[in-house]
Amino acid sequence: MAFAYLAPTLLVLAGLLGYPIYQLVLISLYDYNQEQVSGNAPLNFLGLGNYQKLLSDKQFWTVLAQTVGFAAVCVAGTLLVGTALAVLATRVRAVPRTLLFLAALGAWATPAVAGSTIWLFLFDANFGLVNEVLSGIGLHGMAGFSWTYGQWTAFGLVAAQVIWCSFPFVMVTLYAGIRAIPGEVVEAAALDGASTTRIARSVILPLLRPLLLVVTIQSIIWDFKIFTQIYVMTNGGGIAGRNLVLNVYAYQQAFAASEYGLGASIGVVTTVLLLAITVVYLRVLKRSGEVL
Amino acid sequence: MRVVRVLLAAAVGALALAGCAPVQSGSTSSAKDEKSGQLKVWLFDEVNRGPKEEVVKQAVSEFQAAHAGVTVDVQYIQVSTRAERFKAAFSDAKSAPDVAEFGNTDLAGYVAAGGFADLGQDVAAWSDGKDLSPRVTDTAKVDGKTYGVPWYVGIRALFYRTDVFAELGIAPPATLDDIAATARRIRAAKPDLLGISVGGKYTYGMLPFLWAQGGDLAAQQGGKFKSTVDSAEARAGIAKYTELLRDDSCPPAQCAGNGGDASVEAFRAGKAAMTIGGNFNRTAVDSSAAAGKYAIVPLPGKTAGSIAPAFAGGNLLGVTRSTDRRTLAVQFVELLGGKQYQQKMYQAMGNLPTFTDLQNTVAAEKPVEKPFIDTLNAGTRFVPVTPGWAKVDAQGVLPTMLQQVASGAQDVNTATAAAAQQMNSAFGS
Repeated sequence: MAFAYLAPTLLVLAGLLGYPIYQLVLISLYDYNQEQVSGNAPLNFLGLGNYQKLLSDKQFWTVLAQTVGFAAVCVAGTLLVGTALAVLATRVRAVPRTLLFLAALGAWATPAVAGSTIWLFLFDANFGLVNEVLSGIGLHGMAGFSWTYGQWTAFGLVAAQVIWCSFPFVMVTLYAGIRAIPGEVVEAAALDGASTTRIARSVILPLLRPLLLVVTIQSIIWDFKIFTQIYVMTNGGGIAGRNLVLNVYAYQQAFAASEYGLGASIGVVTTVLLLAITVVYLRVLKRSGEVL
Repeated sequence: MRVVRVLLAAAVGALALAGCAPVQSGSTSSAKDEKSGQLKVWLFDEVNRGPKEEVVKQAVSEFQAAHAGVTVDVQYIQVSTRAERFKAAFSDAKSAPDVAEFGNTDLAGYVAAGGFADLGQDVAAWSDGKDLSPRVTDTAKVDGKTYGVPWYVGIRALFYRTDVFAELGIAPPATLDDIAATARRIRAAKPDLLGISVGGKYTYGMLPFLWAQGGDLAAQQGGKFKSTVDSAEARAGIAKYTELLRDDSCPPAQCAGNGGDASVEAFRAGKAAMTIGGNFNRTAVDSSAAAGKYAIVPLPGKTAGSIAPAFAGGNLLGVTRSTDRRTLAVQFVELLGGKQYQQKMYQAMGNLPTFTDLQNTVAAEKPVEKPFIDTLNAGTRFVPVTPGWAKVDAQGVLPTMLQQVASGAQDVNTATAAAAQQMNSAFGS
């Protein structure tokens, strides 16, 4: 009986999720290039050949490590900024709070390509506002400094942009969470003599845990799959590809070069990694007693 | 993890049971040859498309007047998204044009995908065809078959600032080796200027250096291509080029990320004393800070008086294999790609014609085009004609190699060895 109720959902999921994943796995097992797509060359079954090629490529591991590190920094930054501003928003009056929210929503609403381009303008080596201001306040070494040339400055710049456009989600969610905590609970703790830090650590934080988990996992998935910001701001992966992340690498190595088989195998690897993260997330949720 | 395992097992099981394979769209060649209806034409969009559109409109009206019941629908497609458009067209004949303009470096990949029809007999029977420059026609051939009519060529040469050179009392470089020395001398005297504006992504600016030293990108061995960028000659050329990407002539922090357009842009902005530019850049430079203060010479070769082999870039007009109107399509290509309209396109856009006689007329009438025609006549070279080249290009193998050297991360030997390996892997599959 339960299955009958679930059937419509399962059908939609099978069509929209199952079939594409099936095709992705299927294509990843073949030597599938443009020649094969347009029927001008025979199909060649490779088995796990594409995976072997991918996993034995040193650059893939470098890019994977960079992706993990970059995502970690972005997630930590996003959570830190988002939480701090959410707390700030609960402490200020209505007018500054409205301004804060307007600014955050503006950043949130800016399309990724436009946001990246504007940041590039701001950080342009010769005409950028940032270098102008920095050299104006006495840091003359910053005139003509190229932010996108060095591997770490480029990653830092992109990470800052990613944090800028994704902290509003964290901020809005946590603000709602903090507001939903009943005033009596905090008041009772205060009457019992708990300090502000103690209240934050032992009362507010545990109550916010489920929300924090959700925004963390969401951020991990988003930042792991980052494409636009890296592609636009580092001009397709930086000098000699040293700013590549997994998605840009997949696009450059596989899809732009029409190696759909190899591209599909990268897709499968990414999917498995993200599935693993999600499974861990579900486990943690279950253990913390949340009803799914 | 169980979810994953179950999913994978299910997928593999389904594969094994059904024995399925990814979709293929089947042969795209058409048996029909209709003599009326609509002819679909794809041309590239340009930054300043107006003049091109005007000439094409004239050709379309002339064609429609000569063929009753035929309409020509011209679509302008973006160069940056051409790969997706053409891939889609090759996979689905319904969305494919009958006639298309495309870059000659993309040809081998398109032919391997079965996209374009062999026009060898049509070009041989065409009255204008015999005057096509053989060097340029070679860029329209794959395995000896001709798949397009060269519409125009793009040739690069050395642009330099006459005012800067006069002020410092120096002459334009006479040999390839002189370029680096000249660039350093200028930047030492004028630290605000780049000695020469080149870039780590400017493959076509680098290739003349490689060819002039006697190197090449790849050699054909028993029907397969093998990269030769790690040969001693190629390495010498790459070393000469990357010598320019240093703080004393074109600092990597500014130049390593630049391609051809950005390199010329710095020259246009008046921030560089030299650059490697194309005949197609001339109009843009004439409306910039460098206007009236620059001259062009062929990029010098290894010895004084010689010319470094240039890359024979250019666009072709081809007929798709899936067309239902092959005769009409060929006739339209011969009209738009013929002498009369190439002349008009030259006047409108400055595109160099592909007919030897037209080229000579242009060089005689317009001295400013002479360096480009001289370079063309001195002998041009081309990228390996194999679908593997499209992969090498898309994966950015050569730019990565140049940037590794320019940024100091790797020396020439290491970077070229890695590039050769990647190229071989692209050629092999």
